[in-house]
Amino acid sequence: MKITKQEVLHVAHLARLNMDESMVDLFSVQLGKVLEYVETLNQLDSAGVTPTSHAIDMSNAFREDAITSSIDRQAALSNAPEEDAGSFIVPKVIE
Amino acid sequence: MKPLHALTIHEAHDLLKKKEVSAVEITRGILDRIASIDPAIGAYITVTDDQALNQAKAADAAIAKGEIETLTGIPLAIKDLICTRGVKTTCASKILDNFIPPYDAVVVEKLNAGGAVMLGKVNMDEFAMGSSTENSGFHITKNPWNLAHVPGGSSGGSAAAVAADMCLGSLGSDTGGSIRQPASHCGVVGVKPTYGRVSRFGLVAFASSLDQIGPLAKDVMDAAILLKTISGYDPRDSTSVNREVEDYPALLSRNIKGLKIGIPEEYHTSNGVSGDVLSAIDSAVEIFKNTGAEMVDISLPHTRYGVAAYYLIAPAEASSNLARYDGVKYGFRDPAAESLMDMYRQTRSKGFGAEVQRRIILGTYALSAGYYDAYYKKASQIRTLIKNDFARAFESCDIILAPVAPTPAFKIGENVDDPLSMYLSDVFTLSANLAGIPGMSVPCGFSKDGLPIGLQLMGNYFDEPTILRAAYHFEQATEFHKRKPFNPEI
Repeated sequence: MKITKQEVLHVAHLARLNMDESMVDLFSVQLGKVLEYVETLNQLDSAGVTPTSHAIDMSNAFREDAITSSIDRQAALSNAPEEDAGSFIVPKVIE
Repeated sequence: MKPLHALTIHEAHDLLKKKEVSAVEITRGILDRIASIDPAIGAYITVTDDQALNQAKAADAAIAKGEIETLTGIPLAIKDLICTRGVKTTCASKILDNFIPPYDAVVVEKLNAGGAVMLGKVNMDEFAMGSSTENSGFHITKNPWNLAHVPGGSSGGSAAAVAADMCLGSLGSDTGGSIRQPASHCGVVGVKPTYGRVSRFGLVAFASSLDQIGPLAKDVMDAAILLKTISGYDPRDSTSVNREVEDYPALLSRNIKGLKIGIPEEYHTSNGVSGDVLSAIDSAVEIFKNTGAEMVDISLPHTRYGVAAYYLIAPAEASSNLARYDGVKYGFRDPAAESLMDMYRQTRSKGFGAEVQRRIILGTYALSAGYYDAYYKKASQIRTLIKNDFARAFESCDIILAPVAPTPAFKIGENVDDPLSMYLSDVFTLSANLAGIPGMSVPCGFSKDGLPIGLQLMGNYFDEPTILRAAYHFEQATEFHKRKPFNPEI
């Protein structure tokens, strides 16, 4: 099964990526090949196999609900492209 | 005496302890070497000269007071996706080219506490996505053994820096082979620890259920020293395992008579393994037999599905992890964007390179409505079968021996237009990440063209001591790790 140009554009939108036409062309071919290869998984009947999402068996990792030190606000803002009065500034959202 | 840059960590430690050399002398020697040969290799993204010399001075002061630990005054290179407070951490991506972390990764805290010196941050495939370091957003890194070839990846800067004596050791990260494959291609030792052995706090995430930090080093002893320092439980990483850290260096020497080494039949019959690699692996088996180890035939029947499962799971996790790069809190933001949505899209499209965008698209697709069961769920079921394969194999053997990569380092540019063939070269390494078991590469020969070849040893969960011990005895019986790249250009 191949991935159509339309599907690439749809997924790019979901992932918040812009894509020009040459990139869409290239990706639909390259990802088409990858997905074709991935189809080999269907040769295997995996009905009833429990999926693994984590390699090591572990359940919830809890810690004491205690206040510990964390980086201060100015340090947290130090890499911001734009900041003011202790906040991150972004382009206007509501007109 | 050897030139200072050619020392191993344990050799440098002995000299520092005897006060025959100072940490400043070693650090300065290596900084000079970086300045003279790195323009030809391109291992480093950032060299932290001043900080390195200050750390070396502090190490010398500590040594003068009789306070010396194994890594005191030892200069190391850190892969540029491990956060270093006050030092740019780019992941070799334009989207992070101005990011200065306000905190240290736990592994860096541990190295600092041990008195180590950081020389700088080394190159990689952008966000660790790649097998050649050609996907760096800044520059490619060349293989010190032959500058027309790749060093492997994604920890290519780490492997090249270790091989060319531009550091005494390095930390990399391994999500599908990113420590073991470049170690193999550059003729150094590389270890991917058991998932959960080393804290990932401060490691920029690629695929969180697969990523693990580990050492690249000039020999097995050095790798064991580094691994012991960075391992351990960390409550800030909820996947960190609370389990005692063994004294890896002290456990190397016990002999390996009667050690059962499993040889998977699938690794013999796999397509595309080069003659050079096969003959190096066959000789390695003979060397192990001479040390008294026993060979056992095993089967890992789901190996052939590993690449497909991995290239769904890793991009799926990556597409989610990389959603955080939105131009809001740190990193690059496209200043031209007028609306919030444009800012997200333009920042991400201009900030990420082609391979990263390819994997985000693939991962988003695999997780999107209607495809989740067919792709992500199916791959996660295969992951269970691969895990079970290893569990069954370890009932009849102690460790598993396999190639690291199907071929020695390929030529720069050879695979860039064909992502799938690049992905297929990870076939021998990525199962260890899917299963979570430890694996390592140790030099085991050279191709006809003089390129290094590595041998992979995989162990059961948390059994790093046994693979390290086997690798140590293999190394003692061979001379491969002593050979240096002779290159008139560098």
